[in-house]
Amino acid sequence: MKIAFIFTLLTITLSADEPGNWLTYSGNYAAHRFSPLTAITPANVAKLKPAWVYQVQDSGTVETTPLAVDGILYVTEPPTVVTALDGRTGRRLWSYRRTLPRDLHTIGFGRVNRGVAISGDTVFVGTLDAHLVALDAKSGAVRWDAEVADYHTGHCITAAPLVVKDKVITGISGGEAGIRGFLDAYDAKTGKRAWRFWTIPGPGDAGHNTWTSESWKTGGGSTWVTGSYDPDLNLIYWGTGNPGPDWNGDSRPGDNLYTCSLVALDADTGALKWHFQFTPHDDHDWDSTEIPVLIDATVRGRNRKVVAMANRNAFYYLLDRNNGEFLLGTPYSKQTWAKGLDDKGRPVVLPDTSPTVEGTLVWPSLQGATNWFSPAYSPITKMLYVAVREMGAYYYKGEAEYKPGTFFAGGGERVLNGDRARGLIRALDSSTGKLKWEFPLHSPPWSGVLATAGGLVFGGSNEGNFYALDAATGKSLWMFQTGGDMESNPMSFTVDGQQHIAVAAGHCIFVFSL
Amino acid sequence: MKEPLKIWALFACIAAFGAESPFANLTPADLARGRRLFEAQCAVCHGIDGAGGSGANLAVTKFKRAADDAALVSVIREGIEQTAMPAAWWMSERESVQTAFYVRSLGRAQMAKVPGDAANGKAIFEGKGACASCHIVSGAGGSLGPDLTEIGARRSPAHFRAVLADPAAALPEDFLMVRIVPRSGAGPEIRGIRLNEDSFTIQIRDLSGGFMSFRKDQVNLTKQHGQTPMPSYRGKLNDTETGDLIAYLVSLRGEP
Repeated sequence: MKIAFIFTLLTITLSADEPGNWLTYSGNYAAHRFSPLTAITPANVAKLKPAWVYQVQDSGTVETTPLAVDGILYVTEPPTVVTALDGRTGRRLWSYRRTLPRDLHTIGFGRVNRGVAISGDTVFVGTLDAHLVALDAKSGAVRWDAEVADYHTGHCITAAPLVVKDKVITGISGGEAGIRGFLDAYDAKTGKRAWRFWTIPGPGDAGHNTWTSESWKTGGGSTWVTGSYDPDLNLIYWGTGNPGPDWNGDSRPGDNLYTCSLVALDADTGALKWHFQFTPHDDHDWDSTEIPVLIDATVRGRNRKVVAMANRNAFYYLLDRNNGEFLLGTPYSKQTWAKGLDDKGRPVVLPDTSPTVEGTLVWPSLQGATNWFSPAYSPITKMLYVAVREMGAYYYKGEAEYKPGTFFAGGGERVLNGDRARGLIRALDSSTGKLKWEFPLHSPPWSGVLATAGGLVFGGSNEGNFYALDAATGKSLWMFQTGGDMESNPMSFTVDGQQHIAVAAGHCIFVFSL
Repeated sequence: MKEPLKIWALFACIAAFGAESPFANLTPADLARGRRLFEAQCAVCHGIDGAGGSGANLAVTKFKRAADDAALVSVIREGIEQTAMPAAWWMSERESVQTAFYVRSLGRAQMAKVPGDAANGKAIFEGKGACASCHIVSGAGGSLGPDLTEIGARRSPAHFRAVLADPAAALPEDFLMVRIVPRSGAGPEIRGIRLNEDSFTIQIRDLSGGFMSFRKDQVNLTKQHGQTPMPSYRGKLNDTETGDLIAYLVSLRGEP
């Protein structure tokens, strides 16, 4: 088993050596969502056609990123189903179907799952009832089943886990239910919990004084999107969610650490190496759970190992990934809440931008300038491609009373939709955040993007368009109408030596090839 | 409060519902809070006075979707599937009850009868006004404009009066006229109503009722916000005729 774990670590790290496989949620540990495959290019993408379509078994939104291992796709289906598919034909090889408790409620999001992790011959999935389950990759049989948290209190897992060496890392959802967030690591072989990092520090811990009285107990800070990993530094980077209650901060004066932050944790122990808080004392629900992308960048003339994040709060950030030093922050979408960032990266918040009973109009909307869906980074163009939601909203402040397992939100929003909002794919110079090109979409998207070494960017739209853009220029080169709304991220893999592109749309997983 | 006396009387009336109602034990402060919540979060669709807009007219005594007060609270909390009515999941239980309490008050505060002869209005709709040439009511009529079979349940008399005088004043949110000119210069200019649109294509019904589909990169597309093919009836119908037509429209509730 040990050999298998090491093998997977190596392959995820050096996925360029295994370009036909897609071994972790974001494609590699650096979370580039970049395929090194080159067969599909701007010159031939117009000939891309569906190879097969897999229809999921239950109703619900399909948000999975398939993993691909030697021609087999491992996908998740709503609500908590794992399926192995033959990558050549789309035929099902096995399914693991979890019986969910009848009294399970997801609070603040749909009954979705975004994908699995894999290590050797074991597949790992987080469940809506907040368990982490290890499955035999050949049969779908359960190897172990660990309770991560009690679902009755609004804890839930939708994110794909991340395998790091001999551990499986999983985040937790529940930011609208007043949970106290954490990030967990489990022994991949036994399912025994190896460490837990609380995103809301308890009494005596550093940062606890950013909470008032008992507010830390319901402080939120969920970890609901998969993070990234730097094997050289042995650090895990993971974004944290909003403080609770979301839109009424009266009961929690202070910065509310480590909500709306990026935390860098020792992969072996879960110890906090550094943190950076993007939005102190957030009251707009701007989780910082967006994908932390690890890149090498030249910042002010100096080569740096950085972590880049296009944040939900509409700013693009570069941080030194060794120590969390703020290097750069610049808006990449319309925002009306901050005058800018100071030299430490702390926002200079404009007056009268907090939610009110009557409603306060602010850009971006609570769904943010981007959200959980993935950006992509091409080491060839050095651009970061982001699916952008340029949309304002009236933010309402309401009451928030904590009752376990119910909404603990304290407000809401009404978005400015229709022609008052727009969606875009924006290509940013990753070192400066400057706009290189943009491609307009009919509406603010819920789909992420994939970049390829062939020179393409693939993305989806709410109206079902799956499309390819020229990675260098943003020119539209190909489009297929899938017939369902798209809330997913594309990936690429090979079967029989041929490059394929996979994406979920509507109730289907579509796979395309030349 | 705009009309304190009326609201107080109504409060007394609702408070008399007794322990069965979720409104039992509520106070005038709850009603005021419900009004603030309604005006901030519901009025955008239902109108500031609750008399309808893109959402249903709530200034009525009986709701189609909520048989009793508890059901009204549920509709607010859970929304209505397959409609634009969202679930106000962010409201606390108390806030949704307060909002429902205020919504219930809207119908009791506004029980004024609509003057006008609905039968004569129907004759104008089908005859002099030629409304039926573009609008379907109970299965009969033209299909260029929206189906009006249930329009009386969603719009107020004041809305009908305003739209008849100036049809562009209150267009449905998703209604859009477009002008399309092929870039090749090969075809004539086409005007129509948008049926669907995505990032790459647009589908329309032209003014003669034909379906057309275009790739957006092959045409020059102009979105004509605020335009409608519906004519103004200002000066075309006299006050009595307008009143009769409004009485007819108010009566259209999708019931036989």
